[in-house]
Amino acid sequence: MKRSRLTLVDRMTIAIPFTWLVAFLALPMLSVAALSFHSVADSIPPVAPLFAGPHGHLALNASMRGFRMVTEDPLYLSSFWNGLTNATLTAAGCILIGFPLAFAISRSPARRRNLYVLLAILPFWTSFLLRAYAWMGLIRDSGPINSILLSLGVIHQPIAILYTPAAVLLVMVYSYLPFFVLPMYAVLEKLPADLLAAASDLGARPAYVFRTVTLPLSLPGIISGAILVFVPAVGEYVIPELVGTSSTMMIGGILWDEFFQNRDWPLAATIAIVTFGLLMLPALALRRWTGRVGSVSL
Amino acid sequence: MNEAKQRPWQSVALILGFAFLYTPIAWIVYFSFSGDLPGSSGRHFSLHWYRALLANTELSEAAYRSLTLALLSSPIAALLGSLAGIGLARRERFPGRSTMIALLAIPIFAPEILLGFSFLMLFAGAEALTGWSHGKGMFTLVIAHATLGTPIVASIVFARVSGCDRSLEDAARDLGARPLRVLATVTIPLAAPGILSGWLLALTLSFDDVVTSSFLAGPENTTLPMAIFSGLRVGLDPQINAIGTLMVVGVAAVVGISFAAIRIYNRRAGDPPDHGARAPLEPRI
Repeated sequence: MKRSRLTLVDRMTIAIPFTWLVAFLALPMLSVAALSFHSVADSIPPVAPLFAGPHGHLALNASMRGFRMVTEDPLYLSSFWNGLTNATLTAAGCILIGFPLAFAISRSPARRRNLYVLLAILPFWTSFLLRAYAWMGLIRDSGPINSILLSLGVIHQPIAILYTPAAVLLVMVYSYLPFFVLPMYAVLEKLPADLLAAASDLGARPAYVFRTVTLPLSLPGIISGAILVFVPAVGEYVIPELVGTSSTMMIGGILWDEFFQNRDWPLAATIAIVTFGLLMLPALALRRWTGRVGSVSL
Repeated sequence: MNEAKQRPWQSVALILGFAFLYTPIAWIVYFSFSGDLPGSSGRHFSLHWYRALLANTELSEAAYRSLTLALLSSPIAALLGSLAGIGLARRERFPGRSTMIALLAIPIFAPEILLGFSFLMLFAGAEALTGWSHGKGMFTLVIAHATLGTPIVASIVFARVSGCDRSLEDAARDLGARPLRVLATVTIPLAAPGILSGWLLALTLSFDDVVTSSFLAGPENTTLPMAIFSGLRVGLDPQINAIGTLMVVGVAAVVGISFAAIRIYNRRAGDPPDHGARAPLEPRI
C-alpha cells in the first residue's frame, strides 16, 4: 500500500498528543516512582534530596522505608486488603445487577434499545458526588428506606446502613454500574441470535440455552466489564470517605491521609506505586483477553 | 432477528434496573423543591433552597470557577484527543504507537487518586528542580484536567473514525488534495460527531472532578465539587439538592441538544441517523 510513508501532517497529528501525554502523564508517574525512594525531611516540599551527603559530598540518600512499611505494617496491609475486597465485591455486584439489565436491553425491540442504553448512561453524566449524596439521604436512619421497612413491619427499629461497609458497597455498585453495563451490552448485542434460535429449535429449554450458549458467549463481556469496574474501584476515595466508616480504611483513604495529614510524601508515593503495580496485572489480563484496552484496539 | 417478543423477566429486569438507577436522582429533585429538611413529615412546594443557593456567594464563586476550568480544559482535551484518535485510527504502524495506547489507557483505568497525586508530584518536582512555580492554581488544574479528558476524546474519536470509510480520504488524495487539506476537509468533518461528544464528556468530567482538583487547587481555588465534598463530610445540606437538580437539568439539556445536533449533522452527511448518535453512549470505556 502506498500509505506507508508518514507525511508531515501525520507526524504532527501523532507527535502533539504524544508529547503532551509523555510530559503530563508518563513524567508524573516517573516522578512518583522516584519519590518513593526518598526520605522525609522537615522542609518544603517535605522530601530529602536523593543525592546529598554530609559535608557537601555527593552520596546516594535512597530509602526503602516506604516499601518496608507498606509490606510489613498491618495498617497498610489491611488497607490494601480492604481496597481489593471492596473492589471485588463491587465488581460482583455490578455483574449481578448489570448483567440482567444489559441482557434485557439487548433482547428488547431494536427501536427501543437506543433509548434504554441512553437511560442506562444518563445518570452517569450527572455528578457522582451528588449521586453519593442522594444515597446518603436515602439510607440514613430516618430516610425513606428505613421508613418503608418500618411501616411494612419488616423491622422494628431503623437499621444502620449509612456509615457501614454495606453502604460503601451499595454506592460503589451504583456509581460503577455504567462501566459494566456498556461493555456488557456491546457484547450481548452482537450475540448471534441465530445461534440461540437454533438451540431452542433443537429443543433446548430456555435455561439450558442460557447456560450452554448465552453465558459462554458473553463471558468475555462479563470479564472485561468486571475488570473495568474493579481497577478504578480499588483506589476509590470519595465514596468510602462519605458513606463508610473510618475503621475500614482503604487504599485511597490511606494515600490521602499520608499525603494531606501526615505530609509523608515518600510513603504516599510508595502506596501509589504499589497500587499501580497491583493494578497492572488485571489490566494486562484484560488486554490479553480481549485484545482491547478501552475502545482503542491494540 | 433480535426482534424477540418482550418476556416477563425482561420487563422485571428493566424496571428494577432503571428504578435502581433513577431513585436517587428523583429523590434529589423532589427534595430540592421541598420547604422542609429532607425526610421530615410536612411537605410543601418551595423554592427556598434555590434562593439560599443564589445567596450563597461561596458556592456560586466555586461554581463559576468550575465552569471556567471546564471551559478552559475541555477544548485542549478535545484537540489533543481528536489528533490522537485520528492518528491511531488512520495509521496502523508508527514508532511509539503501543506506548501511546498504553498512555491513553492509564487515565481510563487507573484510580483517580493515583493520577491526582502524580500530577502534584510533577509540579512539585518541577518547582524543586527549576524554581519555576505557578503554585497550586488554575494553570496546573487546567493542564491536569486536559490530560484526564484527552483519552476519553481519543477513544470516542478513534471509534468514530475507524468506522468511517477510508476511501473518502484516498479519493481526496488521489484528486490532488494535500495532507493538511485532507485532514481539514475530509477527516475532521467525518470525526466531528465524535469530537463533539468527546468534548462534552471531557467538559462534564472536568466539572465533576473532586480528587484531582483537591491535590492541585489551593484553598483559594476551591472548585464546586470540592465545596460540595467538604460540605458533605460535615452532613446533609438541602442546598445541595438544589445544585443537583440544576445540574441534572443542565446535563439533560446539553445531552439532548448535542444528540439532536449529531442526528441532524449525520442526516445531512447522508449517514444512517443512528450511527453518530450512538457515539456519546460510549464514554470512558
